[in-house]
Amino acid sequence: MSATDDLARTPEVDTGTRREPLADAFLALFRSGPFLIGLCIVLFWIVCALFGEHFVPYDPLADDIINALVPPSSEHWFGTDQLGRDVFSRVLTGSRDILTVAPLATLLATIIGTALGLFVGFFRGIVDDIVSRLLEAFMAMPVVIVALLAIVALGTSKTTVILVIGLSFAPIIARTVRSAVLAERELDYVAAAQLRHEGALYTMFIEILPNILAPILVETTVRLGYAIFAVATLSFLGFGIQPPSPDWGLSISTNYGLISGGFWWTVLFDAIAIASVVIGVNLVADEIHGAFND
Amino acid sequence: MITLFLLSMMVFVGGQVLPGDVGRAILGPFADQHAVDALNRSLGVDRPLLVQYGSWIWNFVHGDMGMSYVFRTPVAPFVIDALGNSIKLAAMAFVLVVPIGILGGVVAALNLNRPLDRIISLGGLSMTVLPEFVTGIILILIFGVWLRWLPISATWPSGAGFVTQLYYLILPSVPLFLVLFGYVARMARAGMIEALDSDYTRTAILKGLPRHTVLWRHVLRNALLPTITVIATQTGYLIGGLVVIETLFRYQGIGSLIFNAARGKDFPMLEAGILAIGIVYAVATLAADFLYSMLNPRIRLGALQ
Repeated sequence: MSATDDLARTPEVDTGTRREPLADAFLALFRSGPFLIGLCIVLFWIVCALFGEHFVPYDPLADDIINALVPPSSEHWFGTDQLGRDVFSRVLTGSRDILTVAPLATLLATIIGTALGLFVGFFRGIVDDIVSRLLEAFMAMPVVIVALLAIVALGTSKTTVILVIGLSFAPIIARTVRSAVLAERELDYVAAAQLRHEGALYTMFIEILPNILAPILVETTVRLGYAIFAVATLSFLGFGIQPPSPDWGLSISTNYGLISGGFWWTVLFDAIAIASVVIGVNLVADEIHGAFND
Repeated sequence: MITLFLLSMMVFVGGQVLPGDVGRAILGPFADQHAVDALNRSLGVDRPLLVQYGSWIWNFVHGDMGMSYVFRTPVAPFVIDALGNSIKLAAMAFVLVVPIGILGGVVAALNLNRPLDRIISLGGLSMTVLPEFVTGIILILIFGVWLRWLPISATWPSGAGFVTQLYYLILPSVPLFLVLFGYVARMARAGMIEALDSDYTRTAILKGLPRHTVLWRHVLRNALLPTITVIATQTGYLIGGLVVIETLFRYQGIGSLIFNAARGKDFPMLEAGILAIGIVYAVATLAADFLYSMLNPRIRLGALQ
């Protein structure tokens, strides 16, 4: 899909030995510029999430009312917010919550979606028809609305956000898995397993699942990008991560009322941070998608 | 249709069953139990769930969307006003994105794998994945706070004319435009690549037709069909985007109505808002199917035979 991918493929001459397609795809990935850039950004934020609190200059949660809303200076590089908290320290540590909630939600969606997709794709028939219709109907609903409704009804907590996003993304993954299973179950090795009288569960999870890992991986990374989008949006709306977390979406939501007063530093750096992590994850996802779908 | 039914069920369960004791929620934890019971009876929430669901749908279909818990007045006028405002905003975003997105995709496909294509594709992807409130904040800072070219709130003075309203809608519609641009451009690009690669295009070129005739009559016609479907399916996304944008720009639309109702636990308002959106979405999908079959002679003529 990109010039770099083409370059990566040119030197390959058919040497007669069969190369693993997966290994090929990974090789192409690590030679692609956008992928590496995205990976670096994501790794940077993961390191910040894990160790950020040890190397930031101030405690991200410590109030300092006297120094509230100070513009960026040599003392506070990104200024301070309305409670006098150091924005630089908050931005660097702000990735922790979103980088826990979004991947967990994606993981939940992948587990449920894979199981569901395997079942309906393998058994087909009337169950498949009914479940597929329901999933289609469910997918047509905007995630933010569904999440808003569920969170209002259930109350806000990290667990609710993970459950809600995980459950809303599961049908999309189920659809991908289902179509992969439909193609896979016509192959000889499935017929062989059935002739050996292997159980349905064994055939699904031991025989078919390892062969459809590539599409699952692609779908999962793409979903991770959307999950970060959704978590950030919910936090901005006040239905996601709760104070006093230095989370970026939450910081923007508490501070954006101030920007008409010219206090731009309370939101700009958080916005840039969200932008960088979302673009990073999507660069990785897009390149993985490209590498496995050629 | 199933979506609409499922949505109504979810809205009902989420809005009326899960929150528990409605009367208690309104009157607060210290209210007298008799008062709570009386309020529950007058609101009708002490009846069996199926009866409640039935009467709620029945009333909704007849235009009675219930009473707002917060304003103590019927919900319908709020919802209709808000829907009108949101449609203005959404229309603005679509008017921007359809020509520009298609143009972007076409230009990218004509320059396949050249720098221009890379810029449009990667730029479009990056813009598409950014949450609206992030691009919204950055745009507000640049054009509203630093340059002071555009108003940072989307609520125009009452009695403002059409042009003034447009002026107030520019900034809020751009984040929506940016998210949609990537999708539309990507679909248009994929459609173009497929059409450029096809036998009929090769035939047209080999017949010696001028380049622009080939592009307009053969390639574009076929390439843009899938794009139309994508544009229509983005209505669903757009609704989620509206919640964010209308909150950020303090715009009185259906998105901020839902958001405020969710905040204030005003369930009749919340339910009516979400159902209204579901109906708009169903109509948009239907319209897209219709448009698609109108534009595609294979389906149009196939139906006639």
